Amino acid sequence: MTVEVTTAKPRPIQVGGYTLREPGRLERLLGPEWYRLLRGLVTNPLSVAGIVLLSGFVAIALAAPILAPPISPGADPYNIPRDGFSSEPKPPGVEWKRNVPPIPFWYKAVTGKDHWVHLFGTASGQFDIYYGIVWGTRTALRVGILVVLTTLVIGLVVGSLSGYYGGFIDDALQRITEIFMAFPFLLAALTLAAVLVPRMGRSIWPAVIALITFGWMTYARVIRGDILAVKERDFVMAARVLGARDSRILLHHVLPNAVFSTMVLASLDIGAIVLSFAALSFLGVGTDIGYADWGQLIAFARAYILNLDQYWYIVLFPGIALLLFGLAWNLVGDALRDILDPKLRGVRG
Amino acid sequence: MTTYIIRRLLLLPITVTGVTLLIFAMMQVLSPVERSALYIRDIPKNDAQVERIIRQYGLDRPFIVQYWNWLVGTRDSETGQRVGGVLRGDLGYSRTGNQTVKELIAQRLPATVELALWSMVPIIGVGIWLGIQAAVHHNRLPDQAARVFAIIGYSFPTFVFGLLVLMLLYAKTGWFPPGRLSDWADVVVKSADFKRYTQINTLDALLNLRFDVFVDALRHLVLPTITLCYIQWALLLKITRSSMLEAMRQDYVRTARSKGLSERVVINRHVRKNALIPVATVGGLTVVGLLNGVVITETVFNYPGMGSALARAAASLDVVTTLGFVLFNATLLIVANLIVDILYAFLDPRVRYQ
Repeated sequence: MTVEVTTAKPRPIQVGGYTLREPGRLERLLGPEWYRLLRGLVTNPLSVAGIVLLSGFVAIALAAPILAPPISPGADPYNIPRDGFSSEPKPPGVEWKRNVPPIPFWYKAVTGKDHWVHLFGTASGQFDIYYGIVWGTRTALRVGILVVLTTLVIGLVVGSLSGYYGGFIDDALQRITEIFMAFPFLLAALTLAAVLVPRMGRSIWPAVIALITFGWMTYARVIRGDILAVKERDFVMAARVLGARDSRILLHHVLPNAVFSTMVLASLDIGAIVLSFAALSFLGVGTDIGYADWGQLIAFARAYILNLDQYWYIVLFPGIALLLFGLAWNLVGDALRDILDPKLRGVRG
Repeated sequence: MTTYIIRRLLLLPITVTGVTLLIFAMMQVLSPVERSALYIRDIPKNDAQVERIIRQYGLDRPFIVQYWNWLVGTRDSETGQRVGGVLRGDLGYSRTGNQTVKELIAQRLPATVELALWSMVPIIGVGIWLGIQAAVHHNRLPDQAARVFAIIGYSFPTFVFGLLVLMLLYAKTGWFPPGRLSDWADVVVKSADFKRYTQINTLDALLNLRFDVFVDALRHLVLPTITLCYIQWALLLKITRSSMLEAMRQDYVRTARSKGLSERVVINRHVRKNALIPVATVGGLTVVGLLNGVVITETVFNYPGMGSALARAAASLDVVTTLGFVLFNATLLIVANLIVDILYAFLDPRVRYQ
């Protein structure tokens, strides 16, 4: 006697013209929200391009010590090595004479040379542009992540206090938010950084603090709105009836349901923040001269605006790095915004 | 609507007080000696003088007293004159400008106004036009192209864009020089028989019938204008596009279509009118964009306006000048936002009849 084993899949269930399907393994693992997000991202060619670019930047940042080895293991790798002190920039391909870094394993295979040349040329003061761009990737990611996380936390605290408690607290916090918003963002950040530099010295910190101080308001507003919408839902009422404390309701019931899309979207502001940070560096209130930072590198070009055709490499290479970095985040961000926009949900094409 | 405007006006003093408090708080990071530039021109020579200045202007008094002095000014105990007081327009002495901050602003403002005026028309006109085109051709080639154009636009750092334009259109070709005027034109403008009616070069040149100066001034304006426009178009395009798309999904548009109206009439009469109301609110953002933009643009192109003066002050850590400029700009922005809000009330009947 044989036991019949059915291997046929269960028939899909039809409900009102829609086919209900079994969730796949990945979908079960991630949950419906994240799964929809991920699927939206990998099916859109623009966001795929953005993701590829982003992975490239992360890879460069991780591999920085191999791509551009520091001269000595003890030195601060963020200080760009100098090939002398002459103020005349050198074009790409000129041989590296003084302060030559060790040659990494890939170098000979890629360039066919057995001594270091300045791959992207040097800026005035003989700072190597290639080295600055490679290590500048780390600076960009560090600054971007730091600023986004901090501003988000501030926005989250202010927004949830404001939205959840309402009344006087809401009014007061709203007015404070408006005051910070009354400043043109870049000007305010420029000023605060200029105030902080004499106190803190030149580093990434004055600009980072300035960008945080004038950068949290939008998040606070959006999160306040999200919370106002979620607060009235039945499950919050249920929790309150059960006698849960304010902090528990806020942290366990309201926030997780309110801030999902805000958090995802905010994480993509890293691109915009890095552009602002570079602008501050370019204007001279950022890092010290010679720090591996894209804005700082481009600032070298300010001395040559009349003959940029001759010194094009000072602008072009760091400029492309910045543009691609901004582009990568915006490509992903643009696609995500469409996926998360409830008005567009279900709309194809 | 009157209630709406009154409520809006009542909030104004709170914002202004907050803004001044915040700026004054930033000033507190400076030492009392550095802050003395708010009231005097010369850097104190010796310790005794420093002490005297600090006492004279109350720079060691409590925060709130100093704040009040900063707002309305303080009486000089020796000469009996009133000094300082931002409400009286006294913003202190600018180390980098070698004149008072007020004079520096007055001197630099016309150049920035000229640049902003020339940029405003193309920014608004072309930006909105692009947005409408993208929405009308939703998901077709013009829309995709506009989308890519916008993404590149807000990914492009202003200063990189400016430097690249400068590289191509000046360094390579010599077409559009940086600065504000060529040397010869500068001499003409400063000469006695050239009347400065407005301090705005292009306008003054026309009024003086000096068309060669007009052309020269225009040539210098091209690059900064392009730079300011490109970055702003991206924003305006995006907002107009989504506002148009939203309006196109409304019931009254379907009604208009089902009446058999032509597509052109539907778009121009029914969609565009309603879609442009929210776009008007972007006016405030455009002003922010210009204020932020001129700092970088003027710096890149060596254009002698307020933006480059501010950038120079910030880079040389001349905080009194920087804060004075920011206060001025924040005031401009508050006024601009007020105008936009009131304008919005006029444009939107739902607010008007509240």
